[in-house]
Amino acid sequence: MAAAELAAVWLTLKLAGIVTALLLVIGTPIAWWLARTRSRLKGVIGAVVALPLVLPPTVLGFYLLVAMGPNGPIGGLTQSLGLGTLPFTFAGLVIASVFYSLPFVVQPLQNAFEAIGERPLEVAATLRASPWDTFWSVAVPLARPGFISGAILGFAHTVGEFGVVLMIGGNIPEKTRVVSVLIYDHVEAMEYTQAHVLAGGMVAFSFVVLLALYTFNPQHLGGRRG
Amino acid sequence: MSEIRARFRIDRGGFALDVDLTLPGQGVTALFGHSGSGKTTCLRAMAGLTRAPGGYFALGSEVWQDDARGVFLPTHQRPLGYVFQEANLFPHLSVRANLEFGQKRSRSTGGARLAEITALLGIDGLLDRRPDSLSGGERQRAAIARALLTSPRLLLMDEPLAALDLKRKLEILPYLERLHDELSVPIIYVSHAPDEVARLADHLVLLHEGRVVASGPLGETLARADLPPAFADDAGVVIETVLAAHEADALSRLDFAGASLRVGQRPEALGSRLRCRIHARDVSLALKKPEASSILNVFAARVAELAPTDTPGHVLVRLDVGPTPLLARITRRSQRELEIQPGREVWAQVKAVALLA
Repeated sequence: MAAAELAAVWLTLKLAGIVTALLLVIGTPIAWWLARTRSRLKGVIGAVVALPLVLPPTVLGFYLLVAMGPNGPIGGLTQSLGLGTLPFTFAGLVIASVFYSLPFVVQPLQNAFEAIGERPLEVAATLRASPWDTFWSVAVPLARPGFISGAILGFAHTVGEFGVVLMIGGNIPEKTRVVSVLIYDHVEAMEYTQAHVLAGGMVAFSFVVLLALYTFNPQHLGGRRG
Repeated sequence: MSEIRARFRIDRGGFALDVDLTLPGQGVTALFGHSGSGKTTCLRAMAGLTRAPGGYFALGSEVWQDDARGVFLPTHQRPLGYVFQEANLFPHLSVRANLEFGQKRSRSTGGARLAEITALLGIDGLLDRRPDSLSGGERQRAAIARALLTSPRLLLMDEPLAALDLKRKLEILPYLERLHDELSVPIIYVSHAPDEVARLADHLVLLHEGRVVASGPLGETLARADLPPAFADDAGVVIETVLAAHEADALSRLDFAGASLRVGQRPEALGSRLRCRIHARDVSLALKKPEASSILNVFAARVAELAPTDTPGHVLVRLDVGPTPLLARITRRSQRELEIQPGREVWAQVKAVALLA
């Protein structure tokens, strides 16, 4: 594998790792709220979180590009903080990927939290555990399959993204050129051999990830409980 | 220990709970009623699990809820133990870790120690097992131990035996009786099973459609002729007796205020207290002392009161055997033909006595 390929693979794994970690931090409170709230906002927030599931990645990428650009709200904020603008940077790619992969982490977590039900939390309260304590000592351990599913799906989905990367990140070696973009490059240049190496690797990777998910954690995939 | 005060009013459209109770601060109080009578809701409100706006709850001088003064302790700040119908052990923890979950958090000083409580409930050999490897009865005993290890000042039990089959029930009942005998914690016990209530309770609260129909000491309340429709076929009295003598023919004599009962020989020591239950359907009446009868337990009694039963063909008769009340369920025809009326002297024949402990 050439240096360009290795750089792209490393960048992809780094991106997916960072995004997965951020998604677990951001997605857990959202999923907890969605699983437990009786608010009328539940439907609205749930729909917003799920939007990336149905939108073409170019649409999401386009709006994120506008928002992060010099005249957009996020761009204005980052500029006023002296950070410049985010499009065509690795940081911009991370933020875009967080939006893009959010439902893949939130939904398994939400389902896992819902599956716990009210009772174990009530039991914990009768055993003197505060709500914060109960969350960490009861809800999180019981939702472990949801965390595993969410992490695997978030990671794999970030590895597989293409449209959003192209809109936000462009194609800068070692900064924003991830595997999926590099495959596209190779195909455009008629370099089928190099494309085969990366594409075949992606197929194998995806298969192994899904196999692991179905084998160890069958009931939480795609949010349904078996 | 001072008394327990509870006042809750909950209105949820189809269901309303409206109770105002003063309960003894010791022994077992049974909240008894059919499903839908509000007994579980009442218990949950006591624990703070169900919010009853405008409610009041105090254990002695400790006020846990007084909405009129803005007091509401969340459940985790109330020194109570709660046993649910299902054991609800945490599946991700061993039995020991389950037991320690509440113990660690209650920061109790002395008192409830793990070895003592696990021995009391007979689960000391199960501590390193996973909850899913226990039988239903073992799980429920572990759940009771877990609640006790928080050193509760009030133990709330919501039909802890209802999810178990008869065999498991019989396995747990003796442990519950030991709790009653060996711990000073007041217990509020929700049940719809007359047998459990008769066996365990000292005080009885009868709930019907969210309201308190009766509240009083068990023996007195069960003997009220106007209430037994709630018990339907299970109407009957509970009598506290003392094992007074072992007699010839493998019989034992149990004394109670007013008379004595003869039952098959008992293994307990003389002087033991035994609780007996006599169903109204097992008591028949005669105007003359029956002779040449196989029934041993025959008492002179005076009719105190008549009341309707759940079937039109029968009438419930409250009798006084000395100071001890007894209920008899007889047909209306017998009542008319024997002219059974309040004040009348009769002979009560008891066909069966159930010993509860």
